[in-house]
Amino acid sequence: MKRNDWILAVTILTAALAVFLLYSLSGNKHSESVTIRIDGTMYGIYDLAEDQMIEVNEGNTLEIKDGQVKMIYADCPDQLCVHQQAISKKYESIICLPNKVVIEVNSSSEDELDAVTQ
Amino acid sequence: MRTRMVTFGVFAALALIFSYVEGLIPIQLGIPGVKLGLANLVVVIALYKVSWKETFLLAIVRVLLAGFLFGNLFSIVYSLSGSLVSLAVMMGLKRSGRFSVIGVSIAGGTAHNIGQLAVAMLVLESSSIIYYAPMLLVAGVLTGMVIGIAANEMLKRLVKINM
Repeated sequence: MKRNDWILAVTILTAALAVFLLYSLSGNKHSESVTIRIDGTMYGIYDLAEDQMIEVNEGNTLEIKDGQVKMIYADCPDQLCVHQQAISKKYESIICLPNKVVIEVNSSSEDELDAVTQ
Repeated sequence: MRTRMVTFGVFAALALIFSYVEGLIPIQLGIPGVKLGLANLVVVIALYKVSWKETFLLAIVRVLLAGFLFGNLFSIVYSLSGSLVSLAVMMGLKRSGRFSVIGVSIAGGTAHNIGQLAVAMLVLESSSIIYYAPMLLVAGVLTGMVIGIAANEMLKRLVKINM
């Protein structure tokens, strides 16, 4: 590897670290709810504290358990979202691309208030 | 002319086979969309062996064939966006002459992931998935490096193919 190759690799990794730190500093708390959106439109908001199964348009099934969300069923062939780990932290998301389903952990309501008052 | 066509055919076939082989690898890292990009190995080698037009054509043919055979319309759109962004970046870096095969491949792997992320953001109308950018960047560097090292070794041994 040439010197320029190393510089390139280190630059990219530093950028990755910077974005990661930015996110983890602002969103490391466990949150209280998840939002489900389909093709950009709101489908519903669910409480993370309550264990439940959510069926989204028959194409996807989600499970909320111990404060974490996991996709347990999807009718698409690639099953990427089903293989993904359970999420619970702010900004984390599970996405089923074929069905355009986005599951996103919300910022807690307190954070939103803070944002408004700031 | 005939050898050009035959070589292109061999490259396209190899890229297609690598796409298939990659699908057989059962490792899931828990991060959506992270994979080795074996087919990119063929594209990187083509970049150094055939003209940029043929490399471009190879990338598109590979994505379309693999998409229709093993994927669906969605996977074609995402693969194509990733491949084209990746290829554009790799061509640019190669032309600049400042990077070795490995550096070009690292940039390509990263650009591929970021291109797909950008398209996913557009399709889903959600900016929150930028959360995955750091993992995808790191993954792009690592897979790009592996593919680059492999391509570098292969290029040393492929001196006979010249077009």
